[in-house]
Amino acid sequence: MKEAILTVPLNWYVLLSAALFCIGVMGVMFRRNAIIIFMCIELMLNAVNLLLVAFSAYHSDPAGQVFVFFIMAVAAAEVAVGLAILMMIYRNTHTIDINVLNKLKW
Amino acid sequence: MVVMSKNPVHSILFLILTFFAIAGHYVLLNAQFLAAVHIIVYAGAIMVLFLFVIMLLNLNEESEPHKSTMLKFAAVISAGILLIVMVGMFKGAETIAASHPHDAGIGMIKNLGKVLFNDFMLPFEVSSVLFLAAMVGAVMLGKKEIK
Repeated sequence: MKEAILTVPLNWYVLLSAALFCIGVMGVMFRRNAIIIFMCIELMLNAVNLLLVAFSAYHSDPAGQVFVFFIMAVAAAEVAVGLAILMMIYRNTHTIDINVLNKLKW
Repeated sequence: MVVMSKNPVHSILFLILTFFAIAGHYVLLNAQFLAAVHIIVYAGAIMVLFLFVIMLLNLNEESEPHKSTMLKFAAVISAGILLIVMVGMFKGAETIAASHPHDAGIGMIKNLGKVLFNDFMLPFEVSSVLFLAAMVGAVMLGKKEIK
């Protein structure tokens, strides 16, 4: 178990989280379902979390893991409020297609 | 897979798979406490919330209106360009080896709890206030219209 951190260089973790983040960005850009956009935002948050844990493990600094803990707390709160807003939108418009929600668009 | 699948339920199941893979990475990085918290919070709570909302809104055979392939193409191209820029940026950085007085017990709950309750006491309390606000907000939004 201790070998993974010694044999795998940090760059691989940086590349992995960059790839995860880009997948999330791609999903936000081309899906029209609001729930799937939320899931892609979760994916991006997880990419950042993975990067923070990797850096904290490689530098033996527990502060990074505490940050990840706080990010998880904020993500949980964000998902709860976001899904409640989505329920309201669905109740009012009977769709969650974000193309319908263009009232704020200039 | 999360992005591509047409059925939102399949997309959620793939996302759970991704979360378990990330938890495996945490275990490999000696962050056992975070791995446990990750599985409990994400796979346990957030994904159940997503599945519940999808079942509630009855979206699980929804045929999304077909978008122009132009838009998909543009999204894939721009995400690819972002990935290329990031990879190119990190190519220039030198390899960072693990620090030599390497402490394996850093991700244990004992050390993490000491740091959390000594150095990060104020953010911890503020996050509890944030949770209270989020809970009140979610209940307020989810409720029917006030007569």
